[in-house]
Amino acid sequence: MSSSAPLVTVEGLVKHFPGPRAGQVIHAVNGVSFAMTAGETVGLVGESGSGKSTIGRAVVKLITPTSGKIVFDGQDVSKTSPQAARPLRDRMQIVFQDPYGALNPRMTVGNLIGELLKLHTELDREARAVRVREIADQVRLSAELLTRFPHELSGGQLQRVCIARAIATRPKLIVLDEPTSSLDLSVRAGILELLRDLQRDTGVAMLFISHDLDTVRLVSHRILVLYLGMVVEEGPSAKVFEHPVHPYTQSLLSAHLPPDPDERLARHVLSGEVPSAVRLPSGCPFAPRCPIAMPVCSQARPAMEMPATGHQVACVRVKDGSYRLPDSARRNVGDSVSHARG
Amino acid sequence: MSLLEVENLHTHFITRDLGNRIRVATALNGVSFAVGEGEVVGIVGETGAGKSLTAMSVIGLLPPAAKVVAGTARFAGDDLLAMSPATLNRLRGDQITLIVQSPKTSLDPLKRIGDQLVRIQKAHRAVSDDEARRNAVEMLATVGIPDPEQRARAWPHELSGGMAQRVLIAMALVNGPRLLIADEPTTGLDVTVQAQILDLLMELVQARRLAAMIITHDLGIVAHYCHRMAVMFAGRIVEQGKVADIFKRPAHPYTKALIASTPKQIAARGYAKVGGLPPNLYALPSGCHYRDRCPEAEAACTTEPPLVTVRDGQRALCHVVARGTRVQ
Repeated sequence: MSSSAPLVTVEGLVKHFPGPRAGQVIHAVNGVSFAMTAGETVGLVGESGSGKSTIGRAVVKLITPTSGKIVFDGQDVSKTSPQAARPLRDRMQIVFQDPYGALNPRMTVGNLIGELLKLHTELDREARAVRVREIADQVRLSAELLTRFPHELSGGQLQRVCIARAIATRPKLIVLDEPTSSLDLSVRAGILELLRDLQRDTGVAMLFISHDLDTVRLVSHRILVLYLGMVVEEGPSAKVFEHPVHPYTQSLLSAHLPPDPDERLARHVLSGEVPSAVRLPSGCPFAPRCPIAMPVCSQARPAMEMPATGHQVACVRVKDGSYRLPDSARRNVGDSVSHARG
Repeated sequence: MSLLEVENLHTHFITRDLGNRIRVATALNGVSFAVGEGEVVGIVGETGAGKSLTAMSVIGLLPPAAKVVAGTARFAGDDLLAMSPATLNRLRGDQITLIVQSPKTSLDPLKRIGDQLVRIQKAHRAVSDDEARRNAVEMLATVGIPDPEQRARAWPHELSGGMAQRVLIAMALVNGPRLLIADEPTTGLDVTVQAQILDLLMELVQARRLAAMIITHDLGIVAHYCHRMAVMFAGRIVEQGKVADIFKRPAHPYTKALIASTPKQIAARGYAKVGGLPPNLYALPSGCHYRDRCPEAEAACTTEPPLVTVRDGQRALCHVVARGTRVQ
């Protein structure tokens, strides 16, 4: 395959889970398409139930999609079962939110990292030990920690172990599912810096899943905004964050609180919560909460429109440019607090 | 005088190890702060810094191993730490209320939410069933629960996370408290719901002139919803002051590191060297607890750091800051 071909192509991905009651179906992912090139970081943003983790798991073949096509590294892996995907795992890896839960508590850090080499490489014991030290060095984990057990390490160190395992076989893709959400702010910064350096040095592609908008913006080249298992907006990180077009993206970004008291935000407060994925709204998934929904919105799923190059939005209002949320839907954040501050 | 005045609070975890030797974790090491009426104070810091423990020490809800070993916590002039459990019980849930992180596990799963709101009123004052029920429904309406008469009959498991948090807020406010403590009130809620809950909470705090303490690790919440903030590290408040002052001109090296590690600052200035392990509470270093991680540490830092007034209302616990300013 040529070098410009995408590393990952996802087309019309659908994943259903059995619902809480017999006969019910949870529509976790409902027709998601995107592509990733080598060395790129794509951010998946959305609230709980938006399907972002399910997409990540489907891409690394931890779950089999209900329908849709996934091509990884030139190979159609849509129908590959999680078991049959094992030989692929030296090229695709995943890092989870809770590092302690992801590591076998009875293995030392060195063995945890070495396990991957044992499974996926032909290296002998000595060569593995050398490589483990190399990897530990790469994730800035001091060599003395290699003989320790997970319970002896801090959350940030454990997440470095998980990242070390993920990069051990020099994969082409790492899915990072909320990798920094359980970490303190200063520790989080260290992990994000490590990920940036790893990508710069190895050219690994990253699918970064997070509900933390600031973090996603910092690390991602491109962003996919998800709502109820559908992509409502996609585009370069800077474009989506600076000129959000979909009403959901506009509200989501305005609801977010930047850690800077001087950044005054005019906010569109959404009413209600994300509806159940058991009974999906007909038409646009956001229509029931959208302040500017029109009758047509609940009739058919809107097609992807392109307000600017590389920027795609699933909203019927893009065509005539009437997608801005009205000022009447706005309020200023913390106004009462700023009065009292004087 | 502020409504809540905490002075020099020390809380230790006293346990025994496998060899039956006593081990002491010095979790709070002299915490002092005040919260006035109509004021919202944010308490930030990393895991284990003692944010929640400070609140729990003040309201007497410590786990068995933890003991307040020194300090006072005056609420409207009376020392909460010296009160009998019975007196404290009368204050808690009435004058002082708490909103915790996990709304689902904080509600009684076997009681309808209306009944829970009635129960907490009857526990504290003589009120007729009818009146308590009317108050309950009114309170549910105040916290923005649609169709409150109907919803009062709902079971906790029928509520979404956002609705459950609203019910907890209703429970915290139904008795007309003077001090509200919110421990990570929106962690685990979605961003758009978090915005609704914080706006609601703040409107109620301002309208009723409550004193409020918000414990959070989210600097965004502090930046937009608090008047003053206290930054904790290893059981001490290392800096406190007005939110705008601290974000604009942080004095303590730890506060600087914290603000430098927000994604926005990273995007603007690149990654700063700020990481490091939290200090061991069983064997804290002498002097400043932050000195092992501090890029500005000097010889003097092995001795107790002085409390320095940086500017009006902003104080930091630091030798390095002291050299640049006058010592209090």
